[in-house]
Amino acid sequence: MALRGNLRDFTITQLLNLINLANKTGTLVIDGASEQAYVSFREGKLAYARIGKEDGSLASVLYKSNKINANQYKAIIDRAGQMSDKELGLLLINAGYVSRDDILMNLQAYFTDQIRRLFTWVEGIFRFENEMLPPDDRINVRLDLENIIIEGSRQLRELEQLQDEIPSLDMALKFTERPLTNVNLSVDEWKVVKFVDPKNTMRQIAKTNRLTEVEVRRIVYGLLQAGLVELVRPADAPLPQSAKPLGPKEIEDKKNLVNKLIGRIRSL
Amino acid sequence: MQTVKMVVTGPFSAGKTQFIQSVSEIDVVATERRISSEEERTVKSATTVAMDFGRITVDQDLVLYLFGTPGQKRFDFMWEILSEGMLGFIVMVDSTRPETFREARSILETFRAYAPTPFVVAANKQDKEDAWELEDMGHALRLDKNTKLLPCVATERDSVKTILLELLYSIMSEMEGS
Repeated sequence: MALRGNLRDFTITQLLNLINLANKTGTLVIDGASEQAYVSFREGKLAYARIGKEDGSLASVLYKSNKINANQYKAIIDRAGQMSDKELGLLLINAGYVSRDDILMNLQAYFTDQIRRLFTWVEGIFRFENEMLPPDDRINVRLDLENIIIEGSRQLRELEQLQDEIPSLDMALKFTERPLTNVNLSVDEWKVVKFVDPKNTMRQIAKTNRLTEVEVRRIVYGLLQAGLVELVRPADAPLPQSAKPLGPKEIEDKKNLVNKLIGRIRSL
Repeated sequence: MQTVKMVVTGPFSAGKTQFIQSVSEIDVVATERRISSEEERTVKSATTVAMDFGRITVDQDLVLYLFGTPGQKRFDFMWEILSEGMLGFIVMVDSTRPETFREARSILETFRAYAPTPFVVAANKQDKEDAWELEDMGHALRLDKNTKLLPCVATERDSVKTILLELLYSIMSEMEGS
């Protein structure tokens, strides 16, 4: 069934989060206002990205990042125009122009930049194509999405959206079961992470760290989207009347009642 | 006569009224009004402004009431009143409208804060071609693995029965664990 919608309603950050959590393989195709974007993933990791007609070839990426000079770039275009990026990469490594790490790091940086551009798209129809993989001649990377997701969420400035996500600062936070490893956090994010505990409300965390409501919402939003924390009722909050513990007889009565309801619903 | 209640909540046009209608033994007392907003009118022509009200008589001493909350945010002052004393609640989500998922999550968290009673999430309109897969919805709604996210077609009585039964099983298992 379909994974499709409009960026107006489901942001890039949320899509990346979903792809990451579901370990999806395939290509996210986005029809933006003036360009089309293709972002491919393998098992929830970023593999490839291209926006519009931009030349994302290896030669172009290495030239833009000053790994090869203008003459080398021209020579590659002239002499190796028909070569795939994979073949060109091997050629450049064997010739000693670049290392394997140079290639991977520059491609990763390029693809991450493409995603950064996507974060500015607020309108566009998206669909996820399970069977669609990047072009065979292009080099794929394998980049964790968590840091990209956190960075993307930093760019969200709309207070209204943040308030929708986190309606009350009187809720607390707790860590999820996902391990907090290989995640790059900013100083302010660390300040919040340090106080993640069901005993501390977000309002208290903000006050302690002298963060504004918007700032703490923005940070918590990033952590939530990356799946690192979840919202919980504060540990010392009074339980509503209905949650007060029942005595043994009340439990037995309630069980009988629920059994009656089950029997009745089954018979409908 | 003892009465118990369950609440059916969820975003605007998620299928709450239809859900209750499918199992209620009385015509649902729906307080619907014509939609005034142009954007909302494109989705459906009338909506619940106070609450829906359905009934299932269990025996001469016990009646189950199903209350449907108004889906539009400007009526959320009703939610706390409706949630008081409920046995459990169902969050309806339209599987074909990802733009409502964020609101559904917000509603779910609000209801959990009002009353930490058992609940299930019903992914409605799973019979539609453009419905999201349950797994994707679970991630989008940030549900933990213990939360029941169930496929639902609110127009089908058997599907609605399954949702109600799953909620009752959750209530039972919570009691057995206490």
